[in-house]
Amino acid sequence: MIEVDGAGVAFGGRFVFRHLGWRLERGEILAILGRNGRGKTTLLRALLGLQRLTEGRIATAGSLGYVPQRTSTPFNFTVLEVVLTGRARHLSLFQNPGPEDRAKARASLATLGIADFEERRIEDLSGGERQLVFIARALAAESDVLVLDEPTSALDYRNQDLILSVLRDVARHKGLTVVFASHYPQHALLTADRVLLMDEADRAEFGATAEVMSEASLSALYDIPMRHLDGRDAGAHMVPVFLAGRGASR
Amino acid sequence: MTSDISQPAAVRPAAARPARLRGFWLAVGVVAPVLLVVSLSAGRFDVPFGTVLAVLFDNVLPLGAEYSRTEETVVELVRLPRILTAILAGAGLAVAGAALQGVFRNPLVGPQIIGVSSGAGFGGALAILLVGSATAIVGFAFAFGLLAMAIVYAMSRIDNQAPVLMLVLSGVVTGAFFTALTSAVKYVADPDDKLPAIVYWLMGSLASTGWDDVAVIGLPALLGGLVIVALRFRIDVLSFGDEDAEALGVQVERVRWLVLAAVALISAAVVAVAGVVGWIGLVVPHFARMLVGPGHGALLPASAALGAIYLLIIDGIARTATAAEIPLGILTALIGAPVFAVLLRRAHLSGWRRD
Repeated sequence: MIEVDGAGVAFGGRFVFRHLGWRLERGEILAILGRNGRGKTTLLRALLGLQRLTEGRIATAGSLGYVPQRTSTPFNFTVLEVVLTGRARHLSLFQNPGPEDRAKARASLATLGIADFEERRIEDLSGGERQLVFIARALAAESDVLVLDEPTSALDYRNQDLILSVLRDVARHKGLTVVFASHYPQHALLTADRVLLMDEADRAEFGATAEVMSEASLSALYDIPMRHLDGRDAGAHMVPVFLAGRGASR
Repeated sequence: MTSDISQPAAVRPAAARPARLRGFWLAVGVVAPVLLVVSLSAGRFDVPFGTVLAVLFDNVLPLGAEYSRTEETVVELVRLPRILTAILAGAGLAVAGAALQGVFRNPLVGPQIIGVSSGAGFGGALAILLVGSATAIVGFAFAFGLLAMAIVYAMSRIDNQAPVLMLVLSGVVTGAFFTALTSAVKYVADPDDKLPAIVYWLMGSLASTGWDDVAVIGLPALLGGLVIVALRFRIDVLSFGDEDAEALGVQVERVRWLVLAAVALISAAVVAVAGVVGWIGLVVPHFARMLVGPGHGALLPASAALGAIYLLIIDGIARTATAAEIPLGILTALIGAPVFAVLLRRAHLSGWRRD
């Protein structure tokens, strides 16, 4: 459960967002949409406690696992070594991962269907594979809430579909609450129970996906005409269901 | 969930990595004892292998083997403490370097780049000038090593990150500052007595090490090394960056300062006994990483072993190559600097960028 109450973050007196108020129940998926610089990542960091709120408050039940947009290490670790770092919060300062931690790391790899990755090195993986590994790491942390920053941004269609179905799976079957920021309205439509549209600093819209995601509100959000294609027009489900720009305004 | 992403093209067998690690330690287990006996045997006064073994073995179980008093003195009072010091110094510097590279997420840093060596060098020179005791040298070297490291760290941090370029340049600036201070100490030192002591000490040498030096370097180096090895998993986590590590529930600053203090302790102990011996902490962890992988659980002990072997060989060259002793710092720099240049170019060419 996440409860955001009148939350706002300002940098140098300018609010990135403010007066945010919404509530997410356990097992729900929230998609956060908005143009660049509208505070999506800042909000995610505030949820994680990495960014101090200027005003308001955020309450979360349980621990949060983070899958950053891009995380890098100069060292070419094995997949198992990467996933094991997710166990850090359960280990004291001088403690090292033991058999139990390795078992949990392997279990989270298995949950995502990548049990046979464990000895591979992260630099040998594709973008989608790497994203899966970092989701596995967040699962290994035994978090109650999964926070992902643009988890599908660098992926091809097939891997986008894979990551989204993984998010649905962990929410439905493991009861995890999922919050993800995205630049793809169709991903929100396909995956999320709730959507948060972040526009101007004090203008945000929150609600059930079907209610919030209208052509009008998305056109306003992105400041570009957006047209919703229904299933017949769209064909297979991964074809963009929102068409933007000149093509949309005909 | 069906996808080709769950079908990896080539999976290394699960046993491959442990086997490689075993191979590494097997090789160390063979090389190290041989190297030890050769080091004890070789030098200006030649002691045959058999005699070396006899002298050593007699301490455990006197079998009445025949050897001269001189041979015993050379092996036990001259060479053994020197060799142990080389082992401790090499292992300590390599572990310190590997730990620094982990917490700064940067394979191109070392105790020298980060300013700790020049700070510790100044501290030691100051101690020789003002006090003169071994304890003072360790204490001063530690304090100023840590201070230099803190200055570099504070100077290079921008937006909670320490980009490579800022780190290296801050190290250069701090190094230049402390080198100037060291020159000032030399300038005011008594040219008949203190000045030569400072100059030779700074160049780095194990020429006059005795058993008391083993104690001086041994305790701090072991303590620092233990702290670093105990933090091996946290160092793994920190190498993913501060924010990532914090989100994983790690108290980043606390871990980093513990590691930095341990590094300063090791570097100061080495500097106090052996002078400024550069490049080992920078270069050795690279080779260890190539051999056993980047996970610090395997990397730190492997770095220690390689560092010990490396400095043992270097010190062997230093005392046998010419009639006079070659200062250690000169040799490690002559080898380390070109190797570092190659690593730098390779890292750049492979597209590795940290900022």
